[in-house]
Amino acid sequence: MLRFIVRRLLQMVGVVIVLSLLVFIWLRSLPGGTVSAMLGDRATPESTARLTKQLGLDQPLWVQYGRFVKRVLSGDFGLSTGVLPGRDALDLFLSRMPATIELSILALIIAVAAGIPLGYLAARRRASTLDNLSIVGSLVGVAVPVFFLAFVLKYIFAIQLGVLPVSGRQSTGLDATRVTGFFVLDGILTREWDASWDAFKHLILPALALSSIPFAVIFRITRASVLEVMDEDYVRTAESKGLATSTIRSRHILRNALLPVITTIGLQTGGLLVGAVLTERVFSLGGVGDALATAFTLRDYAVLQVLILAAAVTFVLVNLVVDILYAVIDPRVRTR
Amino acid sequence: MTETIENVQTQANRNEALLSVRDLRVTFQRHGEKPFVAVDGVSFDVRPGETVGLVGESGCGKSVTSLAIMGLLPRRGVKVEGEVDFQGTDLLRQSDDQMRDRRGRDLGMIFQDPLSSLNPVVPIGVQVTEVLERHRGMSRKAATPVAREMLDKVGIPDPERRLKDYPHQLSGGMRQRALIAMALACQPRVLIADEPTTALDVTIQAQILALLKDLVEDTGTALVMITHDLGVVAGLCDRVNVLYGGKIVERGDRHPLFASPRHPYTVGLLGSIPRLDGTRGERLTPIPGSVSDNLPWDSACAFAPRCPNAIEVCREARPELLDDGGGRWLRCHNPVENPLEVTR
Amino acid sequence: MTPNPLKTQADRRKERIDDLAATAGGSPSGTVTGAGEIEESPGVSLIASAWRRLRRNPVFLVGAGITLAFVVLAIIAPWIAPHDPTQGLLLDKVRQQSNPIPGSEPGFPLGADNRGRDLLSRLLVGAQQTLIVGVGATVIGLVGGLTLGTLAGAFGGWVDSFIMRIVDVMLSIPSLLLAMSLAAVAARPSQMTVILAIAIVEIPIFARLLRGSMLAVRSSDHVLAARALGVKQSAVVFRHIIPNSLAPVIVQATIVLATAIIDAAALSFLGLGNPDDRKPEWGQMLGASQEFLGDHPHLAFYPAACIIIVALGFTLMGESLREALDPKSRR
Repeated sequence: MLRFIVRRLLQMVGVVIVLSLLVFIWLRSLPGGTVSAMLGDRATPESTARLTKQLGLDQPLWVQYGRFVKRVLSGDFGLSTGVLPGRDALDLFLSRMPATIELSILALIIAVAAGIPLGYLAARRRASTLDNLSIVGSLVGVAVPVFFLAFVLKYIFAIQLGVLPVSGRQSTGLDATRVTGFFVLDGILTREWDASWDAFKHLILPALALSSIPFAVIFRITRASVLEVMDEDYVRTAESKGLATSTIRSRHILRNALLPVITTIGLQTGGLLVGAVLTERVFSLGGVGDALATAFTLRDYAVLQVLILAAAVTFVLVNLVVDILYAVIDPRVRTR
Repeated sequence: MTETIENVQTQANRNEALLSVRDLRVTFQRHGEKPFVAVDGVSFDVRPGETVGLVGESGCGKSVTSLAIMGLLPRRGVKVEGEVDFQGTDLLRQSDDQMRDRRGRDLGMIFQDPLSSLNPVVPIGVQVTEVLERHRGMSRKAATPVAREMLDKVGIPDPERRLKDYPHQLSGGMRQRALIAMALACQPRVLIADEPTTALDVTIQAQILALLKDLVEDTGTALVMITHDLGVVAGLCDRVNVLYGGKIVERGDRHPLFASPRHPYTVGLLGSIPRLDGTRGERLTPIPGSVSDNLPWDSACAFAPRCPNAIEVCREARPELLDDGGGRWLRCHNPVENPLEVTR
Repeated sequence: MTPNPLKTQADRRKERIDDLAATAGGSPSGTVTGAGEIEESPGVSLIASAWRRLRRNPVFLVGAGITLAFVVLAIIAPWIAPHDPTQGLLLDKVRQQSNPIPGSEPGFPLGADNRGRDLLSRLLVGAQQTLIVGVGATVIGLVGGLTLGTLAGAFGGWVDSFIMRIVDVMLSIPSLLLAMSLAAVAARPSQMTVILAIAIVEIPIFARLLRGSMLAVRSSDHVLAARALGVKQSAVVFRHIIPNSLAPVIVQATIVLATAIIDAAALSFLGLGNPDDRKPEWGQMLGASQEFLGDHPHLAFYPAACIIIVALGFTLMGESLREALDPKSRR
């Protein structure tokens, strides 16, 4: 088990190194490059040359890459030029992260809490109305662009009905103590329940929109997996032993059927990151995704660097966790 | 050898049948499709301590028969008729919950492929104890020593360690032993074994068969042995039912049946297994055609298209299962008088 | 609840017969001819039987119907559009302050956009560019993926490891994020850069898929048989391995058609799309509509509905294809 984890960690380091190389090459290939982006309209040939030298851009590429890695490792990504001009890029990322994590976790909870039970029920009642409706629903769910779904939810529930907030992370004029930056958690820690509830309400619509694709995918994998497992010989064996229906469902069907679902949930985190970019934009949540979108439009390369590296590392990390989780659940992986 | 078997036989005959299948008929009916009769009026008895074989090619209805007895056929799309009498109750008239109580307690079953029949993510021990927890009301803790004892009884070495092992850590033979331990944990009166050795190596096959034989003799469990392998039948069964196209075509005690099979199908089955004592250069005789050539039983003998002995009447009238007077039952218009003439 | 032994009996037999019928109807599969070459691979019978199942599958028919209608619309749109989608015919009705979006009026059933261009015409003609984006991205992704996958799968060894390492790293970046990064590289964003950005993201997916199924096919019996008969390596790869590995790739391509259109919309929404809106495209229209969402949601709803229907059409087709081609799901 330990060897398994170590091996996966080493693989991960390799992936991250290649990723940093890709990000480096990518940054160098951006239109106009860093210098003109930093100088903007004020660029003169002299200032360009000076800054080029100052940034070491006249050095050979491998030296530049070495410096790049060194700076990344020391956490120095430079200053934001567009999103929040003058702010340290890493700092900006860290301050924006809690909103995105809150949003992603809630969306994932919704997707899992709805997708797994519904997938299981649909499989049990194969070809029933419930089954057919959920399949159509999940197919439509994938076909609807996430940001459009966010539009629709916002339009109906926030603009027309006014039951949920239109945008932001908290109501204006709310005075809440901030401890961790996770607004829902802060309210719980400081026992300011109103603040918690307020932050939660702001998360509902974006999380619903964000959960649409993971929900559809988790639903379909669960359904397919349960259908397959229900036909397995060991379920027939369990039936032949006269076990209680609840035991058969939980121990023999679900425990096996959930294995592929776990992998899927891991893969969905990448989608969540991207979905967050879109939904945060619609709801002006001020999270990482929002910052990323702004950084792209304003060509804020310092921020882009941090965010893209962070996104990739997060994705790789989550998949590592999923692999380990998988090994914990499936003895065939663990005891090989 | 012959004497002992006859002893058992007479002993068994004195006892009442433990499981009595009467005119069992299983029809698969799927929406918008023609109904398919998989089992067509099968009747047989099993007495305590006795082993009865159901033999035939795949698709002859032997596995469906066993699933029908266990109540494991789905309700939707399947019609089960007839009677399965177990100690005075008709199992086919029992509710789902009543059957759930009986399965594992009164009726045990073991399956063909031991690897796929075991849950890969649950330790062997739990898969044994869960039966005891369910039917004996034991706690996991109380059931564990019993499970260990069961594993020991079916010949699994180091049972203490094996309790914690997962199916993939066991060899094929050990897995089948574990399955048998699960099926026998609550000492059921009837054990149904559906091709228990087909997926195993030949040497392991013999061990498993010997184990089953010992267990049946020790505990007085009635064993229904479902197989396509006549070698298994010859080594284990007291009586043999040969199935074809969902009907029993020949029934008899083991020895006479093997010595002088009379239904052309049985003759064919025996002709298609290699014999060590056969003369050199002798050829195996396969049965021509396949199950899909069957005629409907309504107005003909289903086997007629593949039968070397078929005469005109075989395609015109349905044969009935009749006692030939000597304990042999036959469903044939033109049985074989001297089997050697046909096969060789 | 009970396991389904129905499968073991009537159905399995019927299936076997069905499949047999399919091989008989098509060409004989896996027959060794006098030349000592395996003439047809089992892929033929698989495709034939898949097609028989598809023909009767309502899901597939709906998906194919939508797709067909979409393609036809894309072709004939310029002739059936009531107005020129590039002309600001209702420009005089646009009030920058009070009402930037002209409503419907005779001859303009859906009204116009903020530049006074007829919305209906833009939607109809938009099918064209949308189709180009979808097909363009899929074809480029497919060709790239097939090239890489074939190289990796056919050569094995270090070529394989090298290509697959790169592919894995690319796959470890969330797809739309990668597309965004690629789109941002473009100095002058255009329709082509959008297509390229989306296509490049699909390359590793296709490559991995093809390599995976090639590995499976490579060790299958009929390929071993071809090898054993002394068929040349290149012939084995191109005549046996690739055709038989294509099924999952075809399915994926159908689904990519849908995601490409959706991703193009997302890029537009994030301001990374094609800035030139003289040739309308649904994703671009949807992305541009966000400014007016509060008061004029119909600007978003019409292109979104078009995208959803078309994406659904492709998805339905892809899913039913997947089911038909997957031997496991045949029941």
